[in-house]
Amino acid sequence: MEHAVDIALTVNGTAVRQRVEPREHLIDFLRERLGLTGSHIGCEHGVCGACTVRVDGKIVRGCLMLAVQANGSRIETVEGLSDSGELKELQKRFHEKNALQCGFCTPGMLLCAQALLGRKEKPTREEIRSHISGNYCRCTGYQAIVDAIEEAVNGQG
Amino acid sequence: MGKAELPLHAPATQTDKGYIGTSVPRPNVRRLLQGRGSFVDDLRFPRLAQVVFFRSPHAHARIKRLSFERAKQSPGVIGVFDGRAVAEYCTPWVAVLGHLKGIKSPPQHAIAIERACWQGEAVAAVVAETRAQAEDAAALVEAEWEELPAVVDMEESLGGKRVIHPDLGDNICFKREHDTGGVDEAFAKADVVVEETYHFGRHTGVCLEGRAILADYNPAEHSLTVYHATQAPHMMQDIFSRHLGIPEGSVRVIARDVGGSYGIKVHVYPDEMATCALSIMLRRPVKFVADRLESFLSDIHAREHRVKIKMAVKNTGEILAFDLDDLTAIGPYSVYPRTSGIEGNQVVNLTGGPYRHQKYRAKMHVVFTNKNVTCQYRAVGHPIAVALTEGIVDKAAAALKMDPAEFRRKNLIPDDAYPYTFPSGIKFEKLSHHQTLNKLLELMNYRKLREEQIQQRKKGKHLGIGLAAMIEVTNPSPAFYGVGGARISAQDGATLRLEPTGMVTVLCGVTEQGQGTEAVFAQIAASAVGVSLEKVRVITGDTGVTPYGGGTWASRGAGIGGEAVLLAGRALQSNILDVASKVLNLDKKSLNIADNAVVDILTQEKKIPLEELGRIAHFRPDTLPVDFQAELTVTRHYTPRQYGFTFTNGIQASLVEVDPDTGFVKLLKHWCVEDAGTVINPMLVDEQIRGGVVQGIGAALYEECLYGPDGQLLNGNMADYLVPMSAEMPDIVCAHVETPTKQSQLGAKGVGEAGTAGAPGAIMNAINDALMPLNAGVTAMPFTPERILKALGKV
Repeated sequence: MEHAVDIALTVNGTAVRQRVEPREHLIDFLRERLGLTGSHIGCEHGVCGACTVRVDGKIVRGCLMLAVQANGSRIETVEGLSDSGELKELQKRFHEKNALQCGFCTPGMLLCAQALLGRKEKPTREEIRSHISGNYCRCTGYQAIVDAIEEAVNGQG
Repeated sequence: MGKAELPLHAPATQTDKGYIGTSVPRPNVRRLLQGRGSFVDDLRFPRLAQVVFFRSPHAHARIKRLSFERAKQSPGVIGVFDGRAVAEYCTPWVAVLGHLKGIKSPPQHAIAIERACWQGEAVAAVVAETRAQAEDAAALVEAEWEELPAVVDMEESLGGKRVIHPDLGDNICFKREHDTGGVDEAFAKADVVVEETYHFGRHTGVCLEGRAILADYNPAEHSLTVYHATQAPHMMQDIFSRHLGIPEGSVRVIARDVGGSYGIKVHVYPDEMATCALSIMLRRPVKFVADRLESFLSDIHAREHRVKIKMAVKNTGEILAFDLDDLTAIGPYSVYPRTSGIEGNQVVNLTGGPYRHQKYRAKMHVVFTNKNVTCQYRAVGHPIAVALTEGIVDKAAAALKMDPAEFRRKNLIPDDAYPYTFPSGIKFEKLSHHQTLNKLLELMNYRKLREEQIQQRKKGKHLGIGLAAMIEVTNPSPAFYGVGGARISAQDGATLRLEPTGMVTVLCGVTEQGQGTEAVFAQIAASAVGVSLEKVRVITGDTGVTPYGGGTWASRGAGIGGEAVLLAGRALQSNILDVASKVLNLDKKSLNIADNAVVDILTQEKKIPLEELGRIAHFRPDTLPVDFQAELTVTRHYTPRQYGFTFTNGIQASLVEVDPDTGFVKLLKHWCVEDAGTVINPMLVDEQIRGGVVQGIGAALYEECLYGPDGQLLNGNMADYLVPMSAEMPDIVCAHVETPTKQSQLGAKGVGEAGTAGAPGAIMNAINDALMPLNAGVTAMPFTPERILKALGKV
């Protein structure tokens, strides 16, 4: 790694210092170096949303961002947001509605959907469909996912 | 947990009460909800090497020279191998089956040796410490090619001017003709003859998790453990054993979490076989995960049919006969071990399936081409057969100016006509076409929708309503593969065990890829034994621990695996009661199990909790009679035998709006009424249907693997190959009729493929219904805006 770069960042609340190759994607960094295998790799060209993680509060595709770009950032993944309880409501609704089958898209889908929950205006069903339309699910046909998110949105009062 | 949201205990079934028919959430998905599953690529092994494949850039080319010198110098590289090196460790295969008479295919190697026959075929393997290093090195492999003419078009292939495999004589992999006789006479008698040619695009499964395999060879034991994203672990165990020369008992295949399969992950892939061979060659674990681009190039594709169909009808609307000519192209090899002859075979078996005509003639050719291979993907042949049948049926109804629903009602096989033998030779135990049709029309408010359609047309809005009745193959007997010599198990076994704490462990050969297999097995086991659901643990996907079985394919999991679980559950209950009768000194007949305890069968009075019984049986058997041994582990198997397949039936409807200016199709709503026999978990059944429908929507509207005239895949990535995304998908309304199969005590038929089988036909009919006043129609899937505008004469 002759051109390696030192980065320091926070991942799920833990300080991380690592030396990475400039070409290393954030998702590969999280999975291969930190062992955070919850975020999945589906297409590696920014289309499927399986690698969705949160960087400084915003959801991004882990395959379209380099690890070096995350230097100084605060990264959150499905593992961290599960432990903190932030995803609890969505996870409960996803479970009840069977809004997952194989579960490979689920971490990305949850992170994407969670971004809707914080909003002041409650999204309509159409808006939910549109919001998650960058996250590919081959199993469910989406309806149960939309139902689960709709319930979570409405259930939060 | 809310029980029995739907009154789903069908009369005449002998299912145990309890959880069967209730929508319990899947107990085993919590890990997936937290990203804590274990997909193959999540596993970590010491000394794990990664393989990437150098693939042919040409559709057809002779390998003149491969040079690995520069690749071998690349950092982290462990080895670079060609087809000959790998062939020393892995024997080739030929994918033919005895019952598909005349099927032929050349031997296929794990890595191509002299010639690459499609763009994407692996010709070298590069193994390195990391995937990135292996990819770097693969870019340094040097290849010299002699390009050969590529046969890309299936009509050209059938013509046989250029033969892809000269040793085989021609390009025909398989052909079949079927004739009941009397077809020409029926057409002569017809008042109306309708005919059409339909085209079905080649598409693929696009599992979100790419194919993945991790082979771990242990040289000391000459044993191989394979962590594999597969639907059929025992089948793969047999294949690894045979082709890698390791005794079957020393091969263990483990399928943990699998990120979608839909038939894609039930085949033998050469790069996966190579990965196992490399683990043996390098004496260390080796992993291969297909990236998205190579998934498009090397996961099996499916469909690609051109079908001419003709139907003879009386003025009364009575269908007299079908005449069919199917041509389908499968790439350069028949896929092992199921063969690539099955989809065409299904088209012949199933076309016209819901209707009562007696005359049928079909001709079918399966030909080789220089494109990626095709094989069985969800609903195998059904989407073709259903769309053909339902498309031509709508055409006949229109010619006779009859309502499409009424036309179907006139011709559907009556619900009291069973058992029934269809002119293609397939046998139906009991179907319910008329019940499902009536239910659908009521559910969608068909009359009102038709009125609404007329009103909207006046406003210039082009709504279309399409119906598609269907039959589906489920619960296959050995007639599907076994009789042809394939070592693919049609039976499945289940082992149930009462643990000392009163827990019940279930092990079954059927696998879980998200469809909810483990949940329904837990429901059946809990119900059969008499315990609550949280007392049950289900283990699947490990040849080292589960009973032998076929795994997941052809909508067999719930119907076959579920029956094995039910039988084992009842046997375990009986064995538990034997122990209870000794402990309690009471007549076994006076006892039952309910709510995790042995109870008095009449008063329900609790006699002994299973926890206590488990303790005595396991730790204090000295307190039991000396001549008595508790048997708290039981195994039962089930094979469907009376019928070749347990056919199901159903009907779908689609409501669309077509914009004649842009050619865009908006899906407004979709309905499916399905008869899958006993419904074990209504929520999971509906979700299988919905997911299946959406895959069918993909086939109908978006998905096609497009090849150039040189055999280059033009859209092999997720940006160019369109898949259904949430914004365009409709809500899908599901309902059921329940006609349990009497072949099993559970009564369940399969449901996983119904949605995919019927949706393309329903959508095609809806689009054509919308286009009818504009005197246009479409017959080539996917129905892209361009094709619709062409049909309208606008482009």
